[in-house]
Amino acid sequence: MNKQSAIRRRHSVLKAVLIAATLLLGVLVQAQESKVIALKGGKILTVTHGTIEDGVIVMENGRITVVGPTSSTKVPAKAQVIDAKGMTIYPGLIDSETHLGLTEVSADKMTNDLIETSDEIMPHMHVYDAFHAETMLIPVARVNGVTNAIVAPDSGDTLPGQDIFIQLDGKSAREMILVKDITMPLNFTGEQRRNESFDKAKYPQTRMGMAAQLRQAFLDAQDYLQKQADYEKKSKTDKTATAPKRDLKLESLVPYLKGERPVVLAANTAPDVETAVSLANEFHLKFILNHVQHAQKALDYIASLKVPVIVGPIWELPKENERYDAVYSLPAQLQKRGVKVIIASSDAHNVRNLPYQAGYAVAYGLPYEEALRAITLYPAQAFGLDKDYGSLEVGKMANIVVANGDPLDVKTDVKHVFIAGQEIPMDNRQIRLRDQYSK
Amino acid sequence: MLRRTIVRLLFVVVILSFALSLAAQTQPPSRGGDVLIKNATLLTATHGRVEHGSVYVKDGKIAAFGADITAPDNVMVIDAGGKFVTPGIIDSHSHMALDEDVNEATSPIVPQMMMKDAFDYTDKHIYLALAGGVTSAMLLHGSADMIGGQAVIIKTKYGLARDAMIFPNAPRSIKFASGENPKRVFGNKGVLPSTRMGNFAVQRQALLEAKQYMDDWDIYNEKLKKGDKDAKAPKRDLKLDALADVLRGKVMVQIHCYRADEFLTEMAMAKEFGYNLRAFHHALEAYKVPDDIAKQGVGIATFADWWGYKYEAWDAIPWNAVMAMRHGVKVAIKSDSDDYTRHLNQEAAKTMHYGGATEEEALRMITLNAAWIVGIDDRVGSIDVGKDADLVMWSAYPLGSYALADKVWIDGQLWFDRSLPGYGMPNYREGQ
Repeated sequence: MNKQSAIRRRHSVLKAVLIAATLLLGVLVQAQESKVIALKGGKILTVTHGTIEDGVIVMENGRITVVGPTSSTKVPAKAQVIDAKGMTIYPGLIDSETHLGLTEVSADKMTNDLIETSDEIMPHMHVYDAFHAETMLIPVARVNGVTNAIVAPDSGDTLPGQDIFIQLDGKSAREMILVKDITMPLNFTGEQRRNESFDKAKYPQTRMGMAAQLRQAFLDAQDYLQKQADYEKKSKTDKTATAPKRDLKLESLVPYLKGERPVVLAANTAPDVETAVSLANEFHLKFILNHVQHAQKALDYIASLKVPVIVGPIWELPKENERYDAVYSLPAQLQKRGVKVIIASSDAHNVRNLPYQAGYAVAYGLPYEEALRAITLYPAQAFGLDKDYGSLEVGKMANIVVANGDPLDVKTDVKHVFIAGQEIPMDNRQIRLRDQYSK
Repeated sequence: MLRRTIVRLLFVVVILSFALSLAAQTQPPSRGGDVLIKNATLLTATHGRVEHGSVYVKDGKIAAFGADITAPDNVMVIDAGGKFVTPGIIDSHSHMALDEDVNEATSPIVPQMMMKDAFDYTDKHIYLALAGGVTSAMLLHGSADMIGGQAVIIKTKYGLARDAMIFPNAPRSIKFASGENPKRVFGNKGVLPSTRMGNFAVQRQALLEAKQYMDDWDIYNEKLKKGDKDAKAPKRDLKLDALADVLRGKVMVQIHCYRADEFLTEMAMAKEFGYNLRAFHHALEAYKVPDDIAKQGVGIATFADWWGYKYEAWDAIPWNAVMAMRHGVKVAIKSDSDDYTRHLNQEAAKTMHYGGATEEEALRMITLNAAWIVGIDDRVGSIDVGKDADLVMWSAYPLGSYALADKVWIDGQLWFDRSLPGYGMPNYREGQ
């Protein structure tokens, strides 16, 4: 007995030492985090306040504390100064639709958690339950300047689940996931139909079926919400009132019905856009449009909705009767009509190419500043994150990229990436393979 | 009376439109062939840049190029206004315009398949490639089979009839494939091959049979030569005919192959049987064994930065192209995609980012080196006197994010002009 309690005591001493060590470590990490870093002498693309040709930017405690011209800005004495002469400094890029952390090797089923295909209505699937923080894909994307992303399930279901907003750095999913259930894709591109052949047909086989199924889902959720409200009212006076059975699927739709969060409404053709939008309006959903790649006939209508639009990816091939530039020129066409255009990769392995897509949109007429906003400020605004993200402003998170040239040009090499004020090692499995075989 | 006139008029209209449609379908455009493009920044792919340069095109060929070039007065002059002019892009690995007929996946050995028989010359993807500056492309069989079919090589003269679009007298190429695709396709059927061991056993068996077949024919022909009237011809077999041509070196072998170990096996087998292994396609692990590949004179047609789509693409790195090139491998960047083929210039520019290829090295990867892989580098792929006048004028510096093909000439004829309304094709009318 005595022996055991001695062991127990020793254990608790050990525990205390461990806790103390952890705390100390925490303080040390904290101290490291609060290191002040200044990037000096670069061309700063602030995105919200124009370009500073020769500027300085200071970060501390994960946030930007100073931005201004080198000539008139004081750099704190304690700052570690990084020479950025000849460099271009811009906000970390935000990819508004990715599958990062849900896939590793596309063809290998066991490494994929992209989508549940058992039913078209799966709003209770949460990306945060599958997000694999240690994925090899994230370090590949971030060395090219992508610091934040929305992670969405694949688009094979009408309601495939709810997205997360992440930063592309952190030791665990807990550190990387910044907002859970930030939005929910509502896909109405036609690809969600099942078994198109008549003999194997399963509801919904048509767009009509998809629309009806979706409408029913939201009606059921409204009903669910009503039952909950009735119960809450009743339970105040009636102690015997029984709560309605919880239904995760319907419960997941409630925040969207209440307009607390936007859905990302994906449609491609003009008729699909109109059907999807009227469904969203019927239930007063807040929405962001997505794809619209073949909606050339509805551009004025889309602009009249006054919502942000994720366009593309513009790599999508034109349809048979369309001109070669029908999809490439969409960002410019929508921007001309006053739309805040967002550009996303809708990819996982190729997230690193997000800036080049924006560059190509410039080639097809999108003004340069708008192209940069399409992958920084506008996504931040659309998802309600612009207090912290999307531009280089004092008070915002220090997600900063330093590159040797134009961020949207293919030839440009990213030299430093900071996420929440921490410099990211310019390293990933591909770089290690390169070095290993360069010896 | 009136009705008769209307009927007659209608008749004339029908005949006229029929004639026009024939013209649109089969006649090369009357315009072009001779042209002087002046005041351009030429990226020649062989002689570096020529500032304020001109190209004089005569009868569809490059007759002269340089800083001080003149042409006869009657030749059409295009002032490039300082814009960049490059050789037409060559896509050394494409499956466009083959519809659903890209893979005869019913047997792992199908060398008798001719992609020409699948080639849909009306496919709009040819136009899309043209609008991206592509002037020639090698259309390959898919990668389901260890030994697939024979390629068709085209010029992207969208609007012409099939045979007018085929690259004249291009050498023959055949597609082999190794690795995961044949494994998966036949493994899923529960037949041989389902492993890399099975893959190579099947390939070797086919080559051995072809060797026997070739020998039988050689013996027979020898007997005939000697006047042996009783000599009996072996039975002809299309499949073995095609493979015998491979063994005789008449057909270049293009191998879909990802992994370093497979390059070594394929190269050993090519040596053993003595066929002309021209290039590895995809070749994402070329950077691991570049010296071996260079030593055997095999080229690679690879992606700039595509990776991770399957396990054999897991070790893909975007430095692959330049690392292999630095060891002496002839490297092309290809599309293998109806999308990528439209912006191969941007893909090539990635090699400047990853590994620091020079402008000319990057350009060669989508022009001259690609032409070498297809075996047409004596005819196209650079701005050189005597070569086909397949040229692209770009809206901006072509090796970057911002360039669009402004004008595309094939054989000196203007095939695409972005400034024109509609499809931008001076000689093509939809539906005529």
